[in-house]
Amino acid sequence: MGMTMTQKILAAHAGLDHVVAGQLISAKLDLVLGNDITTPVAINEFNKAGFDRIFDKDKVAIVLDHFVPNKDIKAAEQSKTCRTFACSHCVSHFYDVGKMGIEHALLPEQGVVTAGDCIIGADSHTCTYGALGAFSTGVGSTDMAAGMATGMAWFKVPSAIKFHLTGKLPENCSGKDVILTIIGMIGVDGALYKSMEFVGDGVLSLSMDDRLCICNMAIEAGAKNGIFPVDDVTMQYLAGRSERVPVTYEADDDAEYEQTITIDLSKIVPTVACPHLPENTHPASELGDIKIDQVVIGSCTNGRMEDMEAAYQILNGKHIADGVRCIIIPATMQILRTCVERGYVTAFIDAGAVVSTPTCGPCLGGYMGILAAGERCVATTNRNFVGRMGHVDSEVYLASPYTAAASALTGYITEYKEA
Amino acid sequence: MNTQGTVFKYPDNVDTDVIIPARYLNTPDANELALHCMEDIDKTFVERVKPGDVIVAGWNFGCGSSREHAPLVLKTCKTGCVIAKSFARIFYRNAINIGFPILECEQAADEICAGDEVRVDFDTGVITDLTTNKTYQAQPFPPFIQHIIKSGGLLASLKEGADE
Repeated sequence: MGMTMTQKILAAHAGLDHVVAGQLISAKLDLVLGNDITTPVAINEFNKAGFDRIFDKDKVAIVLDHFVPNKDIKAAEQSKTCRTFACSHCVSHFYDVGKMGIEHALLPEQGVVTAGDCIIGADSHTCTYGALGAFSTGVGSTDMAAGMATGMAWFKVPSAIKFHLTGKLPENCSGKDVILTIIGMIGVDGALYKSMEFVGDGVLSLSMDDRLCICNMAIEAGAKNGIFPVDDVTMQYLAGRSERVPVTYEADDDAEYEQTITIDLSKIVPTVACPHLPENTHPASELGDIKIDQVVIGSCTNGRMEDMEAAYQILNGKHIADGVRCIIIPATMQILRTCVERGYVTAFIDAGAVVSTPTCGPCLGGYMGILAAGERCVATTNRNFVGRMGHVDSEVYLASPYTAAASALTGYITEYKEA
Repeated sequence: MNTQGTVFKYPDNVDTDVIIPARYLNTPDANELALHCMEDIDKTFVERVKPGDVIVAGWNFGCGSSREHAPLVLKTCKTGCVIAKSFARIFYRNAINIGFPILECEQAADEICAGDEVRVDFDTGVITDLTTNKTYQAQPFPPFIQHIIKSGGLLASLKEGADE
């Protein structure tokens, strides 16, 4: 029996010729990642266990992104703990304010992750890097501590669901609509413990930003990882940025999948996940007049350059509806800089939006856009759980940047239609 | 090892944001965090929970973020264990890694009611509902995972491995 793409990467990193679903293995890590919330807990565990050195200073990444620039004194203390540890262990990939970005936008952009890697991160959206053809999965702080100390992690080899993509997305849809459609189809535990492997002719038409967005939300279907094959789009993206030489793995022809789901991208419509689960999806056009108070365009899911381009395309020369607060958060300093250079920031401000420095901020109800009781937000973020962006009686509707920007202009959930 | 206590019952898809809301994650202090355990799904949980009490829930318990703070606050509140139909994978991994007992048992999760008195034997996986006098058998952990739990968590098991 052949192996899936994920199983091949895991076998190679475990030094085995062959692995099967369900097998417990110990694998070598190419990168161990943490952020300003999960790293302090990992540092505590690391010290408590008596470790005094990290396995490789070039293979640990610490990104301050959730509550920075520090939202309060306690957050400042957490950042300081990370900074002190990074400094004393000479962590090469430490990203502080001015250099930081939202981790899952930043690390691909900076070439810190590449095809063929085996990566763990103490952040659930670590699954994002599957877009580059890496095995990458979210873990907790203790796993991060063990990974930093030993360069190894234990895994149960996952089985897989194959998503066969055909066709090409309509102009008003993005990777976000694809992954929301899939989560609506299979549910928030539809891929529990499994890999989501995306294949087929449709893959070629998806940009790297679309693929990063799709893999980012694999966790919202319960998956261990999402992964795309390495093709010309991948190699073009990696060229000139990847620190390590990319390694390409391909699924065997006779690889075993638990299920194959075919998705015609041309049939995807602008999709919204209504409160309070990402699986509660509906076509934006069928939602009627749902009045909104806030729009957030940003996050590790949709704060990339193409997301900013979508927002600009819709907001430029227009004005945000009365009573709506529109918060735009480019995910990295490089994206923010490009938005400034291209005049996007001016256009956003003229449209009545605010533009923030990179931060996870409102996505997890941290700061920079918290909702009051009864308020509704259309967000390009990834979770709409109870209380996720603020008060337990507030509501988050997940959508693409097209839908979010179009909704900001009307004041209710709106499908974007090109003029 | 075992626990005995009163049951708190919750539905499917209890996410890490309700177990410990992110707005409190500006500190890694488990005792401070534990004051807000389950706050967004059950405001009185912290007042009512007693050492050894048991949470019984549906599918996909602990879905959402990777925050280890979630099993950590349940452990710090001295919750005895969580019994669910299934667990989200990062929560499952985190619970094992910090030595917080969790059990998968669909029938127990369906039949055990809020307020029941239950006893759970972690070595055998036998769950006894003392209120209804019914017993259930949870799925045993694979030996590799049992080793981590018996060592007292992942780092302790690594230390053991290094010392051998």
